[in-house]
Amino acid sequence: MSEQLLEVECEIPEGSFNPVEPFLRMDRIPHIWCAGCGIGTTVNCFTRALLESKANLDKVAIVSGIGCTGRVAGYARLDSFHTTHGRAIPFATGLKLANPELQVVVYSGDGDLFAIGGNHFIHAARRNMDIKVICVNNLTYAMTGGQTAPTTPSHVISATAPYGVFEPAFNLVQLADACGASYVARWTTFHVKQLARSMEEVLKKKGFGFIEIVSPCPTLYQRRNKMGDGLDTMKYYKQASKIRHGAPTGECSLTKSGEIVVGKFIDRERPDYYELLQAQMHESLGDRYAEPEVGCSEC
Amino acid sequence: MHADPKGVLTGVHFLDGDHACCEGTLAAGARFAAGYPITPSTEVVERFASRIPTVGGIFIQMEDELAASIAIQGAVWGGAKAFTVTSGPGFSLMMEHIGYAAITETPCVFVNVQRGGPSTGLPTLPAQADMMQARWGSHGDYGIIALCPNSPQECFDLTITGFNLAEEFRVPVMMMLDECVGHMTEKVIIPPADQIEVSPRRYTHKPPAEYHPFEPGEDLVPEMVKAGDGYRFHVTGLTHDERGYPSMDVATQDRLVRRLLDKLKPFSNGRAICDTADLEDAEVAVVSYGITSRVAQRAIELARTRGIRAGKFRLISAWPFPEQHIAALAGRVKAFVVPELNLGQMVHEVERAAAGRAKVIPVSHAGGTVHDPEVILKAIVEAAK
Amino acid sequence: MLTEIRVAGFGGQGVILAAIVVGKAKAIFEGAYATMTQSFGPEARGGSSSAQCILSDDPILYPYITRPDVLVVMSQEAYTRFSPDLKHGGILIVEQDLVHLGNVPAGARVYGVPATRLAEELGRKVVLNIVMVGFLGAVTGLVAADALRNAVKDSVPPALEKLNLQAFDKGFEYGSHLMQKLVEEGQAEPVLSFESES
Repeated sequence: MSEQLLEVECEIPEGSFNPVEPFLRMDRIPHIWCAGCGIGTTVNCFTRALLESKANLDKVAIVSGIGCTGRVAGYARLDSFHTTHGRAIPFATGLKLANPELQVVVYSGDGDLFAIGGNHFIHAARRNMDIKVICVNNLTYAMTGGQTAPTTPSHVISATAPYGVFEPAFNLVQLADACGASYVARWTTFHVKQLARSMEEVLKKKGFGFIEIVSPCPTLYQRRNKMGDGLDTMKYYKQASKIRHGAPTGECSLTKSGEIVVGKFIDRERPDYYELLQAQMHESLGDRYAEPEVGCSEC
Repeated sequence: MHADPKGVLTGVHFLDGDHACCEGTLAAGARFAAGYPITPSTEVVERFASRIPTVGGIFIQMEDELAASIAIQGAVWGGAKAFTVTSGPGFSLMMEHIGYAAITETPCVFVNVQRGGPSTGLPTLPAQADMMQARWGSHGDYGIIALCPNSPQECFDLTITGFNLAEEFRVPVMMMLDECVGHMTEKVIIPPADQIEVSPRRYTHKPPAEYHPFEPGEDLVPEMVKAGDGYRFHVTGLTHDERGYPSMDVATQDRLVRRLLDKLKPFSNGRAICDTADLEDAEVAVVSYGITSRVAQRAIELARTRGIRAGKFRLISAWPFPEQHIAALAGRVKAFVVPELNLGQMVHEVERAAAGRAKVIPVSHAGGTVHDPEVILKAIVEAAK
Repeated sequence: MLTEIRVAGFGGQGVILAAIVVGKAKAIFEGAYATMTQSFGPEARGGSSSAQCILSDDPILYPYITRPDVLVVMSQEAYTRFSPDLKHGGILIVEQDLVHLGNVPAGARVYGVPATRLAEELGRKVVLNIVMVGFLGAVTGLVAADALRNAVKDSVPPALEKLNLQAFDKGFEYGSHLMQKLVEEGQAEPVLSFESES
């Protein structure tokens, strides 16, 4: 339960040089991400959010799918699960229900969460499962070489759309909103402070929380589309982003080079899955209902 | 340790195999199930959904079999004993996560109430045509355990065995029911909780600083931890070293994958679960499993009344295949007769183990009902010639 | 001795429960063996319902019935479909108001009961299946009345126990009277004389 996540645990090891080190498996660094990639930036923001939220890191579990962002779980010094392609959310669902005192964060990419894992995303949001989904949206399948994703905007060139993408893309924040997520926000990797704050906020929010982070893939997206390098992309994010908290999510589609609406769009109160489950069982079974006790060490 | 009495419905019941299997999961200590409806298996989780809120646990109906088969593994790493239930089409979808359970050594149980296939096939009628899929269905090299009950009583008993083996070897265990056994109602005796042995999870006693999540013990099985206990461990479906860290190293791959198979060796050699009768003087051994073993028994009895020395070799644990047992028999009998509700699956294993030292005669059946005992008898008569 | 029984009728008549009660009585309350199977899927939807029950003193190997020794039918469709399979000399039990007997299988011994009407006398038509079970107990003698009563109790929700036991007793009494009458008329045959395969 989030109210139990009180203790700060961030002792800095001797000889360390970066305040995020306690949150990372330093024996696995260097990481695999390319120069200019935004994923590392988001991880930095995430460690800041963990620090600021004073979470007990022993009770935070991170679950990833497959892809470049899917590797985040491997670098985070938390209980971490690198699952199969698209299935981070249902794994997280089982983990959370079996051990409700865990803060369960799903950290994965747009292809993983919204193509192969799209069905799981919409149902977890519908159930208002108390998990936090952080999606690094680089608008492409990066690890496999820059193919079209369900998020790739029209007219973009990809490895599997050499003449340009023509199928419409998902607007992720609208999808999350429509499915009933309790918290929906979008930032870019340019907005590091806002992102870290938003992550801190979503960690404290009960129910299904979703943060989309628009992020560059200089190697396979920007370069192929003659959009420059990582720095150029930061300049674009800075220039094209518009903070509009509470904006109707339907108006927040992303395009190849147009405006990027960022901000917190949804922050609503809805009973989560576990609360609904317990309420229903108490109502139907009264005293006969036995609280789940699945996560005991003796089991 | 003994079963937790909260989950044990001690008494004499008249249950079908699906319901008995559910009682087995509860007695074994399963407190988490995820499922997706599919005939003829859904009754297992329907009963679980009805029973678990008063026992203390969770059932969740997931959006598909992919989700169900990975949600249970999240629950296992959260500390629960967990299972899912399906039939052929859903089993196909679950292959991905049988592989994940194998490489991450996640103890869990997959119940497959087999129906006729391929594809949608015969949703309401029995078959045993997923036997090879249970063993080989996910990509890569790995080992699993598969158990084949032939009655509702065994659906109860063997489900407990299945959970225990999953914990002992840290492998996914397949409960290979079939529609006939799943939907057949018979007497089921559920003993008191203190007469049911359940295997606890093999949690480590090492402190986090000394613990490596995939460092094997003497029996090649690593000790486990669960999320939230301060170990900050990593689990991945990638090839990994003893620390659980991904590795592209050829030696690491070799060490890991060989161990995933080798850790099951004691089971395949000495501990295979078989039911044998009348083999001492047998000239023909009938090798069967699941519902077919009952029909085969009738055929064996008919053969004996005709003076043919037929004996029974029933695979209760079909995987790992009890190779040495069959090999030993091959030196003594003239022939093996292998009836199964498929067009030839386990018979290939029998052939392999017999290695030409005895004839192997398949009695195949495409499924939809069980064999006519006369057909098996005919094969026995032929084999004895 | 091994006896094969088929119970068939409309969906909603409690066909499956009737078979469960008979099987449970034999397996649990008489300590013998019973295997019950039922038809699933499309053939179990769309109105018709059928269950098979094998009773035996020894463990049952083959799970399905081949030719029933006893056929219990509660609908015309079930009668038309299943009566040709009845074993020669077998017992045919019919809900007499719902089934018009056309060509009765050769050698069959037929016993009719107005189970729906008897159930209605108790105020609840839905217990006709248990009336049929009581009647079956009386005319076949396959399972002891006590065992069947215990099985009824064990198979219905506590709130409906009394009603179902009344239904059972009504069916059983009707059957007992009928058998008494047949004995007096010299028509009754020894109940368990039909041929059995094993």
